[in-house]
Amino acid sequence: MSKAADSVRHVLVPKHVKLSDSEKEALLKRYSIAVEALPKIMKDDAAVVDLSAKLGDVIKIVRHSPTAGEAVFYRVVSNA
Amino acid sequence: MDENFVYKQVGSVIFGMLSPKMIKKMASAKVVTPELYDKEGYPVDGGLMDVRLGVIDPGLRCKTCGSRLKECIGHFGYISLARPVIHYNYVPVILTFLRNTCRECSRVLLADAKLSQVRDKLRQIGAEKGPDVMRKRLKEDIAASNNAGKCPYCKARQFKITIEKPTTFLENERRISPIEIRSRLEKVTDDDAELFGLNVRASRPEWMVLTVFPIPPVTMRPSITLETGERSEDDLTHKLGDIVRINQRLFENINAGAPEIIVEDLWDLLQYHVTTFFDNEIAQLPPARHRSGQPLKTISERIRSKEGRIRHNLVGKRTNFSARTVISPDPMLGLNEVGVPDIMALNLTVPERVTEWNIDYLKRFVKNGPKAYPGANYIIRPDGKKKKLTEDIIEATLEELQPGYIVERHLMDGDIAIFNRQPSLHRVSMMCHHVRVLPCKTLRFNPAVCFPYNADFDGDEMNLHIPQTEESRAEAELLMMVQTQLISPRYGLAVIGCVQDAISGNYLLTQKGFSLRREDAVDLLSSIGVTDLSSLPKKEVVSGKEVFSMLLPGDFNFAGRSRSKDEPEVVIEDGKLVSGVMDKNNLGEGSGLLLRNLHKKYGESFAVDLLGRLFRLGISVLFRRGFTTTIADTDLLAEAGDKISALFVSAEQEVQRLIAEFNSGQLKPFPGRSSRETLELKILEVLNKARNETGHIVADYANPGSHTLIMANSGARGNLLNLAQMAGCVGQQALRGKRIEKGFKNRTLSCFRPFDLGSEAHGFIKSSFKRGLKPAEFFFQAMVGRDSLMDTALRTPKSGYLYRRLSNAMQDLKVEYDGTVRDASGRILQFSYGEDGIDVSRSEGGTINVSRIARSE
Ligand SMILES: [Mg+2]
Ligand SMILES: [Zn+2]
Ligand SMILES: [Zn+2]
Repeated sequence: MSKAADSVRHVLVPKHVKLSDSEKEALLKRYSIAVEALPKIMKDDAAVVDLSAKLGDVIKIVRHSPTAGEAVFYRVVSNA
Repeated sequence: MDENFVYKQVGSVIFGMLSPKMIKKMASAKVVTPELYDKEGYPVDGGLMDVRLGVIDPGLRCKTCGSRLKECIGHFGYISLARPVIHYNYVPVILTFLRNTCRECSRVLLADAKLSQVRDKLRQIGAEKGPDVMRKRLKEDIAASNNAGKCPYCKARQFKITIEKPTTFLENERRISPIEIRSRLEKVTDDDAELFGLNVRASRPEWMVLTVFPIPPVTMRPSITLETGERSEDDLTHKLGDIVRINQRLFENINAGAPEIIVEDLWDLLQYHVTTFFDNEIAQLPPARHRSGQPLKTISERIRSKEGRIRHNLVGKRTNFSARTVISPDPMLGLNEVGVPDIMALNLTVPERVTEWNIDYLKRFVKNGPKAYPGANYIIRPDGKKKKLTEDIIEATLEELQPGYIVERHLMDGDIAIFNRQPSLHRVSMMCHHVRVLPCKTLRFNPAVCFPYNADFDGDEMNLHIPQTEESRAEAELLMMVQTQLISPRYGLAVIGCVQDAISGNYLLTQKGFSLRREDAVDLLSSIGVTDLSSLPKKEVVSGKEVFSMLLPGDFNFAGRSRSKDEPEVVIEDGKLVSGVMDKNNLGEGSGLLLRNLHKKYGESFAVDLLGRLFRLGISVLFRRGFTTTIADTDLLAEAGDKISALFVSAEQEVQRLIAEFNSGQLKPFPGRSSRETLELKILEVLNKARNETGHIVADYANPGSHTLIMANSGARGNLLNLAQMAGCVGQQALRGKRIEKGFKNRTLSCFRPFDLGSEAHGFIKSSFKRGLKPAEFFFQAMVGRDSLMDTALRTPKSGYLYRRLSNAMQDLKVEYDGTVRDASGRILQFSYGEDGIDVSRSEGGTINVSRIARSE
């Protein structure tokens, strides 16, 4: 296990999941947006490295939220 | 006519200097005499007010373009200067040229080989960073090239060139005349000039030395006629007169072959006048003055001074149909009303379009004219011509008025106005109110809306704007009216509530045991505008709670809490206040759900009306009962005084014990602290405890019926700590979270022994404000007071700037219909607003109360 993977398993790091192509399509359709309109996440972000994500993939992040309990976020893998 | 027709389109704009040729070409007259008018008062031909330079007199026609006053934009003239002069604003550029070109052949002092190397790089720098950086870079390159003081082309020796401010250039301590400078600049090749950042098509270097001088059109320096019939000329005309006169004399002296010294003197004088024409605020030059001694305002003052074009006209935004004055409170106004002084109402107007149906109504305003209220100030004809209504055209206007005209009538009761107080940090800093025209000279509003504006009445001023179109009035009324702003989108509670006396009054009214005769209750209620008294219990004596309940709707239920220890539960059943007192927790802004629930159930208009009535009920109670505050409220029994003294004695002993423990080295330090720090913390704890206990003693012994305590208990103003500081002791003065340590060597003040660690020597104030402070105590208090004053003074602009950056960054974020938060280009920032998607302004204190909703179904 790499160091990055260790830190990703820390309780304070929210859960990161890679969306499948069909899930990604459904997401973009639901918000009627292009991928560019999503918030970005760096390709070498520690949380992304172990998901073997490539540019343009969408990462689903489930965060703990003080107001809503659980909040779902989507970020697109990018290199800038 | 098609307004969208493109006649000419601007492709690009090039900035450059005026060439002498251009100055002559754009001039429509040559000015030859400093005289302005002849004996008949007609402008002299070839004078500074020549009619070919434009018209400023009504009735005259321009000799150049043939149009009248206001249509003619004016035309330039010119004069030929007898000797060239330096243009002050180009002095730094001229100096760069003189220092970096050869004095003989005017080539740039850089050998050909080197030049080809740097040329492209300089061009790039010029394009990216501008000509100033480019010139600086060229200077550095030349300095680095080391020519041994010789021209790389003609081998001529170069001398050191200095400048004697503002416009004299010296070469080896010898003056270079503007003629010499100009001839050197003339020889600079186009390619070389380009290295200095000049676009030679628009600006040749020699144009920086003036040989002809443009005379600006009279329309930009109009003369004014005083009441005495005397003409008063503009500052620029005065300055131009000086230039023309001296130029004339210089010509004559040169032609007459006068000695060179006289010519030189006149030449210098001409240089002075031309320089001050451009800029009259040069440090090294005495400013040119009026005969009265006041400095002339010339070109650059017109542009850059505070009253100049930029700061006054371009950046300064002033608006019509607005008013500003001091504010004062008036609780008898509704929350959504604003009292406007009658003299303001005579000046502020609302345009109303004349129709078949309102013509008689509008004629009444026209008939009253501009002086009588309610009248009208202007009428606008269907062709858009605006006409000022004066006493003598009222009759004719009444005849003329017909549908299609617009009457600008005076402001009246019920008109819509936007009220504002700076700094306008959030949306409730600008709210819409209905106008109430009142006598006297201040803007007035209900003190309940002080909170959103953050206003008080210690001299604050506020602004009033009158929307001028139907659309803007509708928008202001629907989106900005006070009642629409009642619930805060930040925390989902009322931002507007009762304040100060209104809280004290309702607190007294709803207290256990408060009762009044039925007649008095009826009088009280009718004085605040309650007319339906049928639900008032038919008893000889009614309780305060029953009177209060009269304002509540009959089907309202509520359960909440109050601040009171005796009656903490507030229960309202079927519109009757069963138990609990009304205090800040229920009536104040930003607290409690009472106002929130009333707003939710009965709507915003009802809520704002009710709030107004609650407010008036509170103060009416105080009107009848009497309410004040007195120093006697802080009088305590001797027993309380003894208890407080005993408390201090024991606290002092505890501090001494701690110090002794520290000195003997037995004080056990806290983890991560030195024993000295631990001592400080422990002492602070002991003293704070002592001060808090005095608070309790004061609370126990103070008369609960005293007005000071009523205000503190109801939450209207002040708290027990304030009372304890007045009656008991002021307490420890803390400087940045610590006891006071600074001052003299090893001690805080010279009246203490060095290394005294006792409480008194480090800012503990045993005295109360009523008894008065000892000198050392007073000094400590002043130290802390000064520190907090400085802190606020320094923090305000910093947090203001921080806020500005935040609001500018977030200003066009928007919650879309799908619940996402997006920026102006549609990029998503949040997938659900605030992660939970709750519109806080529709919630109860930020949450959705599911159980209450379920119960109410
Ligand atoms: Mg103030
Ligand atoms: Zn003209
Ligand atoms: Zn040379």
